[in-house]
Amino acid sequence: MSENITRRAVLKNLAGIVGGILAMPAARTCKAGVQNVLASSPAPAGYDPFQHKWLMALDVDRCIGCGRCVEACREENGVPEGHWRTWIERYVIPKAKPGSGKTRGDAIVDSPAGGEKGFPPLLTPKDDILKSFFVPKLCNLCEHSPCTQVCPVGATFDAPDGAVLVDKNYCIGCGFCIQACPYGCRFFNPETHTADKCNLCYHRITRGLKPACVEICPSQARIFGDLNNPVPDDPLQHFSANNTVEKLKKSLGTGPRVVYAGLDEEVR
Amino acid sequence: MDANILTNVVDALPQFDGYVYPNERTLHPLWSVLIVVYPYITGLVAGAFIMASLVRVFKVKVLEPIYRLALLTALAFMLCATLPLLFHLGHPERCFEIMMTPHFSSPMAMFGFVYAWYLMAVLLLELWFDYRRDFVEWSRTETGLRGLIYRAFTLGVTDLSEPALRLDARMGRIISIVGIPSAFLLHGYVGFIFGSIKANPWWGNPLMPIIFILSAVVSGMALCVFAYMFLCWARRITADMRCLDLMTSFLFYAVVLDATIEGLDWLHRLYSAEEGIEVLKSVASSKLFYTLLIGQACLGTLVPLLLLGTMQLIRKKVAELNRRRVYFSSTVLILIGVLAMRWNVVIGGQLFSKSLRGFMSYKMEFAGHEGWWLSLALVALPFVILTVFIKYFLAQDLPTLENVVPGAPPRAASPPAQA
Repeated sequence: MSENITRRAVLKNLAGIVGGILAMPAARTCKAGVQNVLASSPAPAGYDPFQHKWLMALDVDRCIGCGRCVEACREENGVPEGHWRTWIERYVIPKAKPGSGKTRGDAIVDSPAGGEKGFPPLLTPKDDILKSFFVPKLCNLCEHSPCTQVCPVGATFDAPDGAVLVDKNYCIGCGFCIQACPYGCRFFNPETHTADKCNLCYHRITRGLKPACVEICPSQARIFGDLNNPVPDDPLQHFSANNTVEKLKKSLGTGPRVVYAGLDEEVR
Repeated sequence: MDANILTNVVDALPQFDGYVYPNERTLHPLWSVLIVVYPYITGLVAGAFIMASLVRVFKVKVLEPIYRLALLTALAFMLCATLPLLFHLGHPERCFEIMMTPHFSSPMAMFGFVYAWYLMAVLLLELWFDYRRDFVEWSRTETGLRGLIYRAFTLGVTDLSEPALRLDARMGRIISIVGIPSAFLLHGYVGFIFGSIKANPWWGNPLMPIIFILSAVVSGMALCVFAYMFLCWARRITADMRCLDLMTSFLFYAVVLDATIEGLDWLHRLYSAEEGIEVLKSVASSKLFYTLLIGQACLGTLVPLLLLGTMQLIRKKVAELNRRRVYFSSTVLILIGVLAMRWNVVIGGQLFSKSLRGFMSYKMEFAGHEGWWLSLALVALPFVILTVFIKYFLAQDLPTLENVVPGAPPRAASPPAQA
């Protein structure tokens, strides 16, 4: 063994170590460069996605169906007409017909223009309605998102901070992810010819702002926060503590992270 | 107020029925007729290859007249298999990202590799080993463009010694054996693209890859029968009846298997009656009435089953001409039936909302890049390519191995001396 330890070998190893250490920043820069080229996100430089875990919670009982969130989303993100990153559904559950053996009638659901311009008056007479409510919808930020699973090039991905993003400079526009989303949250953007969806207003939340829909909601039906950095009297914690929460289409195993309070069984 | 009227009008448009998610309210389904054509063409490739491998792997000598025809058919369709996908992409110029930076959990990314493997390592290699001897011989006798093509295709390997020819035959067989699972994989993956989508109760189904494989085998075999009969008709020669009888026997059993599994699929769906079954039943019986019940089930499956089944029983009593008529009409019906099946899967899966509360409609465009014309052109293109292949590689005036080219003279028993 000792024969192998020559001055030449030691110097060579040392040079290797020093060279490696010196090369590391360069390698890091390269890695960051490659990541910048390959994955574009609207986050500012210096934002560390590993430090956050964003979540949105929705309080069905608070939503008044005004549609301001839908409008704000369109304004903020330039969502093309005829497509929605977020929308509102109106559920009307009529009273059961006497003798029908049911507790309630068949639900009537509508979402004209995604609820952006509000809702037209109900056609069902008021006395026949058992209950009605509005449900805001958006990307469910799935834990096991089927949309990112099927993307053939990895252009849509789960960011470590919980957002599910689409790189529109990389997406090939095959539409597989749109088919794979069980919630109808994705659409084919006719302007970019790529898949598009709610990204939680990534350009805002990474700068310490709230998503546009949350910001504008007049009834605080949308609650947004960072699970990794709870603020004093955190609204998300408050929401979980005071409500029975529910998630959409749990049976599909997508693990939606968006939580709803006051969700009726009719909502899918 | 105007906005209200407008939204009410949009909501009342006839193409939507019940509640569909706002993003599902598009003029066309996201995957339209181009994506119907794509699994159809891919299936024909896989099926035609299985037909050819019956000769090579299972040594069914009677089928030799269609061996090369089946392989060339598979290649012609293979070359066009990705075109519908490519035309459908929002960014076709980024298509190579599927191969360059694949996302390994995506069935579509894997399809790229299976496709490349199948084209490069199976089809082209098998054809080359099979044709090498002919290329060498033809390159010596033919001149002009033809001679040049044959010379190029020898790839400079002009050794026609006994061991070299033995190696050709051996390699051909090995590649065929590898090719069968590859063909299954190729089309199984296409089925998996749909079967893996759990968001859609029509598609998300473990039987989907199997159904796709079986219907692919059926359609590919039918295409071989069709191509063979058409070629014989065009060359004014009589089709080899033993070959035709056997091909259609295999086709019959393949249809039996396919119909059984597809029937099982429906039986399972109806019996387990999971969430969404009402929507599926409604789609099947109304929006897909003509393509599913009439096109796929009756014309594409039952009638050919009856026709081919009858032929299995009373073949000897039926005159050859009538037999040929029955075979031809059965294969055409089967080819239409499988196309209908692709339509039912692809379009049918997009005729109902994932909210399971409403339905969409699809009126196909005539022109336009998702319309009739392009799809028709894409289905016709492989036939054009096949015609060119036949002209150059199945020509009647070229001597070749006995019995592998319909209507061609057999080659002299001993190979010519080496140059």
